[in-house]
Amino acid sequence: MDQVLELKNIHYTYHTLDGETPALTDISFSLNKGEFVAIVGPSGCGKSTLLSLIAGLINPEKGLIKINGKYLRESTTNIGYMLQHDELFEWRTIYHNVLLGLEIQHMLSAKTRARAHELLDIYGLKNFEKSHPSELSGGMRQRAALIRTLVLEPDILLLDEPFSALDYQTRLTVGDDIGQIIRQEGKSALLVTHDLSEAVSLADRVIILSGRPASIRQTIPLIFDLEQNTPLNRRNSPEFKNYFNLIWKELNCDE
Amino acid sequence: MSEFSKEQLNFIKGQKKHQRIVNISRVLILLSFLFLWEFSANVGWIDSFIFSSPSKIALCFWEMVVDKSIFLHVGVTLYETIISFILVILVSILTAVCLWFSKKLSEILDPYIVVLNSLPKSALAPLLIVWLGANQTTIIVAGMSVAIFGSILSLYTSFITVDPGKVKLIYTLQGTKFQALIKVVLPHSLPAIISNMKVNIGLCLVGVIIGEFLAARNGLGYLIIYSSQVFSLGGILIR
Repeated sequence: MDQVLELKNIHYTYHTLDGETPALTDISFSLNKGEFVAIVGPSGCGKSTLLSLIAGLINPEKGLIKINGKYLRESTTNIGYMLQHDELFEWRTIYHNVLLGLEIQHMLSAKTRARAHELLDIYGLKNFEKSHPSELSGGMRQRAALIRTLVLEPDILLLDEPFSALDYQTRLTVGDDIGQIIRQEGKSALLVTHDLSEAVSLADRVIILSGRPASIRQTIPLIFDLEQNTPLNRRNSPEFKNYFNLIWKELNCDE
Repeated sequence: MSEFSKEQLNFIKGQKKHQRIVNISRVLILLSFLFLWEFSANVGWIDSFIFSSPSKIALCFWEMVVDKSIFLHVGVTLYETIISFILVILVSILTAVCLWFSKKLSEILDPYIVVLNSLPKSALAPLLIVWLGANQTTIIVAGMSVAIFGSILSLYTSFITVDPGKVKLIYTLQGTKFQALIKVVLPHSLPAIISNMKVNIGLCLVGVIIGEFLAARNGLGYLIIYSSQVFSLGGILIR
């Protein structure tokens, strides 16, 4: 399979006047086209740092990141980044929030506008195009945030605990919802989370990080024998519990 | 109206009554104050030469309306206030943007802005006359000096309290710092900019009047000084 993303021996350290804190040590992994990988680890272990590195917001101290075979700096591949909060702007309507990325990348055209309308229609926000974010429920807001990312046609999606700000029930439905949307659009995705059941229900492969400084402890491929491989069906299957326990044990093995 | 219940109608009636009492009381307080002032001046409880009286003030005002001098003075002051107000808004937004762009610059300038803001600005007016001459420029600068530093400080504070997640969003969409300013920081700060403008128009008026006290041949501030020198207390109190 084609590798869309490749990380090799990534190191990253935070510096403050009080001293330095190593956050990531020797992280290497790759993401295949159309694959959904979840990264789990104890809180504060540097999971979000990893996504910031891939998105190019910060530079690694050592190591290299390749996207579609090109170095990150030279790559023109679009990376979609979903943050923990939806960050919709209250002074814009949902439709104009969705257009934000297109405006910034100077890609506004009749075609991309039509695509925005189409995505809003497909994912059930057509009647809310003219609404402001505060009129929407948490789940709908998160869906609008996803559309804002998808309309840029990214090849890789980075999800930084995008459901953690939602209440439990919404979280399950929105998690399933967004998982389905990503599969439907055939995107490669990298999900960072501390919710193990979320990781097991959504991903094809789970990468387990150790505590700070984070290194990769293990990679577990998830294989479900299901007719309809939806997140909800996964949660009800017998394999779910086994995988959950396996990952749980790995996470806690040296504490 | 008939579809409202009796309780709703009662509630509306109660609210209207409340509003009426508030309005009538406000007018009553003003009227009784004016009446008391006029009355005590007439019967000699207070010296009407020093304290003037409402009727004298009204008469003085009417004279100035008739000879049209009031319009000139109000117009001049209004013009100077508006010019200094517009300059304050432009300069303070530009400065706050520069400070936001460069953390270094803002750290370097921070103590200076705080010190300049705490200066007694009315004390600057005589200096300004020496530096710039007794003309309208001085008055406009005096108006600006009262408002500008506080304005910069409050705008900059509003700029840096923008939700960092929203700024990060712009960067994750491969936006530049300039786009973060245009798309996030300025729209977020719009309410702060507007409330800042409301405060500044008042401060500019104060500054302009102070300037006119010292360096003008017309305008309300000039009128106040002139009237006090010729002991026409009525003239001052109009303002």
